[in-house]
Amino acid sequence: MATPIISVRNVSKRYYLGGALAHNTLRDHIRHSVDSLKQIVTGRKQASGKQRNGNSEDCLWALKDVSFDVFAGDVVGVVGRNGSGKSTLLKTLSQITEPTAGEIRVKGRIASLLEVGTGFHPELSGKENIFLNGAILGMSRSEIRAKFDEIVEFSEVQKFLDTPVKRYSSGMYVKLAFAVAAHLEPEILVVDEVLAVGDIQFQKKCLGKMADVSRSGRTILFVSHNLAAVQKLCTRAILLEQGNLTFDGSTSDCITKYLHGAKEEHGDFFGYNVSEEVLKQQKPEAPIRVAGIEMFDAEHRQLRHLNSNGGFTLRTHYECNGDFARGSVSFMISIKTHLGQEICRLSTMPISGYNIDELARVGHIDLTICSLPLVGGRYLVDVKIFRPAVETILLLTEVAAFDITPTDVYNSGIGMAQDRGLFVVQHRWNHHSTQPKLQLEPSQS
Amino acid sequence: MPPDITQTTITERVIRSRHGLAALDLKELWRYRELFFLLSWRNILIRYKQTYLGIAWALLQPVLTVVIFTFVFGKLAKFSSGGVPYPVFALAAIVPWQFFSNALSESSNSLIASQGMITKIYFPRLLIPASSILSGGVDLLVSILLLGVLMLWYGVSVSAHILLLPLFLLLAFITTSAVAVWFSALNVKYRDVKYVVPFIVRIGMYITPIGFMSSVVPEKWRLLYHCANPMVGVIDGFRWCLFGANFEPYWPGFFSGVAISFFLLISGAYFFRNTEKTFADVI
Repeated sequence: MATPIISVRNVSKRYYLGGALAHNTLRDHIRHSVDSLKQIVTGRKQASGKQRNGNSEDCLWALKDVSFDVFAGDVVGVVGRNGSGKSTLLKTLSQITEPTAGEIRVKGRIASLLEVGTGFHPELSGKENIFLNGAILGMSRSEIRAKFDEIVEFSEVQKFLDTPVKRYSSGMYVKLAFAVAAHLEPEILVVDEVLAVGDIQFQKKCLGKMADVSRSGRTILFVSHNLAAVQKLCTRAILLEQGNLTFDGSTSDCITKYLHGAKEEHGDFFGYNVSEEVLKQQKPEAPIRVAGIEMFDAEHRQLRHLNSNGGFTLRTHYECNGDFARGSVSFMISIKTHLGQEICRLSTMPISGYNIDELARVGHIDLTICSLPLVGGRYLVDVKIFRPAVETILLLTEVAAFDITPTDVYNSGIGMAQDRGLFVVQHRWNHHSTQPKLQLEPSQS
Repeated sequence: MPPDITQTTITERVIRSRHGLAALDLKELWRYRELFFLLSWRNILIRYKQTYLGIAWALLQPVLTVVIFTFVFGKLAKFSSGGVPYPVFALAAIVPWQFFSNALSESSNSLIASQGMITKIYFPRLLIPASSILSGGVDLLVSILLLGVLMLWYGVSVSAHILLLPLFLLLAFITTSAVAVWFSALNVKYRDVKYVVPFIVRIGMYITPIGFMSSVVPEKWRLLYHCANPMVGVIDGFRWCLFGANFEPYWPGFFSGVAISFFLLISGAYFFRNTEKTFADVI
């Protein structure tokens, strides 16, 4: 147990952006060479050549000097925002791309749940694909042969083993693919939830498989935006920020630090807060923009204080151009926990059936929530504008935040907060005894 | 039964930036031999899937080519075939040439076709083009059988040289791999290859000694001819070991061609293994 199963030492990964990778045809390459030749001849500095080596906008360090160890049996969460280098880290670990500097030592097989079905060939039968896919995932032929019956049974497609998989329903396809992956029994399992596709059923199956694997004492790396799942499954977590490893330690500390970083966007506030930064991400020439968001209490004052079961109005101010105003548009508001889990989604269409046929050039839309039965804590709001069943026009993620004060809803002296569930409900307890009453006196006949 | 993880017979892998000879890592290629054969087997299985004629296409392609060559060059243009019946003479060259051109077309495109695998999972990328070359061996085998049948039909007598045929088959594989490895690696970054390869295959059909004997090329050009087109040596070798002394290759040219093939294969494998780590980022 003393030596780590994965040892990452000073790993960096550089990507060249646009400019340098744009030489996709020989012509580009030749033109570039001719240009630099000209510069040499004329004695001028090679501006573009220098840029490529420098730290200008031409290159991007997706990982910067990252080091950590993972020991056998660890379940490690990898936390970070989009673009923080999580996927690049997994890619270098699974050798899909090579680190620019540093080295990684790995003992054992790494398998990833997102490789499900990789290398499946539609023309081949189920049976043939089991062998092919198993080999691609790294099983030896004897290993596959030994597990073949088990895989077939798990996949539930016995009857169709000799049918080309292109004739399979998508469900059968995924089941077969998953059956092979599940029997790989890797020493290290990588789960990248960000990239995981498939329906809820399938994701559940993935999480279930993870739990199984961790119970059997193997090592897992789990990448997810779902902090609740990370907290539940991982014994340890690392935090990546812009390619740097900024935290390595207990899961709850890591999540706290991550949330602290996220909180800085909203900071401390009274009642509610709107992130100017998120609003500024909108392009000025966009067909529709959210100009501002306000929240009011029941008396129509700026929201200062909100209790569990309290009500409020959320007002979204918009500006749009004339062409865009015509045609039906839908507004959606999602309320999420501070861990990023969506708890409540409301939209004018289709969820609430409130149709907006035409917008004004400038206007606002009010969402009034009469009573929000949530426990105390911080909640985040996403705003989305879309054409129903056509396209998403605008998505402002975590543009607003509001606090609910822990409230003694049940008159018991306990302020309900997020350590005691998520919802408050009207309820009642009753106790009845169903045991017959003890007869103390002996019956007389 | 869960595997015992304390029993660490598993070898440790080191992932780091590798350059030059270290990147070639022949040991790793050897470790992945099982996957290599499986991929080749897959290519063979899917090659003629959902075609009506199936494996018969492997027969039909050389047959039709022979018919056209015999008619155009044998009957109309009356090219010399060195005393051998023209169809047999042509087929002896079509067999290696068709293997070369099919393998080159398929393998140069194979990496792009396997994008899904390349961006999701690691294995030596060299297996992909290599396996599409190996799977072309099935077609090669079929066309050799056809050649044997045709030689019996025309009563072409066989010399002892035929024992050297496996050596020239090997040379055909080496030459094909040498060219294919270069083009498949270049194709990942430069899609121009997609247009270059069909052109090479089409033009090559006429400038390679398929319809004519390579001895018609003037003596002073022959060395250059062999060097510029390594398949010339392979075809001359085929004819020599099938039809005998009349077809003795121009040895200085032949060995220069072989040397070039080996040089291309080694440099190609070196180039491929050094660039394959960026395939997932570039493809």
